[in-house]
Amino acid sequence: MASKANKSLLPPFNRSGVRGDFKPKRSGWKRTKERLIASFFFFNGIISIIILLGIFSLLFSEGLPAFREIQVSDFLQSIWNPTSYVKPTYGMGAMIVSTLMVTFGALLIAVPIGLACAAYLAEIAPPRVREILKPIIEILAGIPSVVVGFLGIVVVNPLIAWVFGIPNGLNGLNGSILLAIMSLPTIISLSEDAIVAVPKTYKEASLALGASRWQTLVRVTIPAALSGIIASIMLGMGRAIGETMTVLMATGNAQAMPHSFLDAVRTMTATIAIELGEVPFGSAHYHALFVIGFVLFVMTFLVNLVSDIILQKYQEVEQ
Amino acid sequence: MKLKNKGFMSIIGLLTFTLAALLALTSSHSLAAGFIQVKGSDTEVNVVQRMAEIYMQKTKGAAIAVTGGGSGVGIAAIINRTTDLANSSRAMKPQELQQARTNGVDPIAIVFAMDGLSVIVNPANTVKGLTLDQIGQIYRGEVKNWSQVGGPNLPVTLYGRQPNSGTFVFFRESVVRGDYANTMNQMNGNAQIVEAVKRDKGGIGYVGIGYVVDDKGKVTPGIKVLNVAKDKNSKAMSPADARNIESGAYPIVRPLYQYFDKASRGKVAGFVGFELGPEGQKIISKEGFFPVTAGYRRYNARYGF
Repeated sequence: MASKANKSLLPPFNRSGVRGDFKPKRSGWKRTKERLIASFFFFNGIISIIILLGIFSLLFSEGLPAFREIQVSDFLQSIWNPTSYVKPTYGMGAMIVSTLMVTFGALLIAVPIGLACAAYLAEIAPPRVREILKPIIEILAGIPSVVVGFLGIVVVNPLIAWVFGIPNGLNGLNGSILLAIMSLPTIISLSEDAIVAVPKTYKEASLALGASRWQTLVRVTIPAALSGIIASIMLGMGRAIGETMTVLMATGNAQAMPHSFLDAVRTMTATIAIELGEVPFGSAHYHALFVIGFVLFVMTFLVNLVSDIILQKYQEVEQ
Repeated sequence: MKLKNKGFMSIIGLLTFTLAALLALTSSHSLAAGFIQVKGSDTEVNVVQRMAEIYMQKTKGAAIAVTGGGSGVGIAAIINRTTDLANSSRAMKPQELQQARTNGVDPIAIVFAMDGLSVIVNPANTVKGLTLDQIGQIYRGEVKNWSQVGGPNLPVTLYGRQPNSGTFVFFRESVVRGDYANTMNQMNGNAQIVEAVKRDKGGIGYVGIGYVVDDKGKVTPGIKVLNVAKDKNSKAMSPADARNIESGAYPIVRPLYQYFDKASRGKVAGFVGFELGPEGQKIISKEGFFPVTAGYRRYNARYGF
């Protein structure tokens, strides 16, 4: 995103004088000033890249010492229990499965709802309704995760227990529902943009050929907007995979490998949040937590990278 | 997306400002004279908060801030010198003491209250008492159904704390004596365990007595506190009765600690003295915990308290 901002900001300053509306007669001070402003914006532009690289190298350098005491094969086991009474174990299997489970569970719920909502807003809703609904959906994105987690405990938890007849509803399903709620605004908002961006001529051609509005929507408009929709889903997924507070509060946090959505799960983010506060600085356990952080970082990075590539393709097609 | 691009610069600017402001705030905070920071155990946070409020009312110029986070958090804070008093429901481990000393901190422990760690179940469960051994078997995952310990035919759901909790560590060391079963739900705090057991007919949990019993010894509605026996031959006793705690008849009693650096004794002595005095001990009983027993009063006396 930062690099895009640069592209649009830098040229007018650097090529000053080339453009017709800038008169070539200018004092030296003015030129210096413009250059200063330009470099200020350039610095702002690259600061996020610097931060990103900083985080990456911090996670890497803090995680690396863990391998002095812990084998790679230990990390591949399933149970994570570094403060064990008997023997510490550092298996990341169960928590990776847990993280993927709640993330994909969330998408399973959020994608159909989000897509239907986006299609409604873009194609069917009268402008007045759209003007009211869209900001409200975007407000949903601003609800603090701790509030969503609280809802998970007091509302979703008893509901799941009652529907499935199980002792408690603090499990993977609960986490999936909450994360779906949290990733809905991203999916709806960006998918709607993508659907609106489909050229009118496509729809007109389809309708002229005798297709119904439903056929036009499902067979023409949505496929044409697909890359934008996929990018929105990936971004929603990025949001879900890294969410901490909500899952920490609502998923039960058992260390065991989950076998179904009705089992308690303990995600990677929850593990880091629970344990980093009390871990002795510099111990194997401390460094192992950074290994989790690194793996999580790589996972979210890949998701964001894929969504960015898809989005890029989609914009090229539009141009 | 376009909007985000435009807003990006201003967001970064804002972030920089916030960061700078935060840094400025935190650096001056903990150094203020007369201000006492207390951090740590979730079991202790409410009762210490209550004592701090009353102490501040009575003492001119006293300022005390009490926060929770778990005993592990408090102990890490005393090692890293980010708190004056660390609340902890477990003793510091030898390697933690070692770390503190390398940081130039000499931690002193006092015991300000006793806690009967209570084992709770749902009132629908017919089990009234268990031995320590049986509780251990349940939490190690060896007993999976209540019928195995004389209860109804219901699967057991385990509720416990997270590893940053002193209660988690104390209960594991003194009752479970092994690893908790992997299937144990790791809850965020005492209150969450109480809420979960209220809803779950097959649930079992362990919490500080202050969370389930009021000052008159009455148990919170929706919860049953189990009587616990030392072994098969002794009688199962209730933790709600102060006499069982004082006499040691209830087997899961633990001291509640506070740690401070020897060098900052002068700073915290007033408040600690208040806690251990008659007023403080009265508040402790009122909050559902128990006054310091004779043995631990002698322990505190080593440091002149």
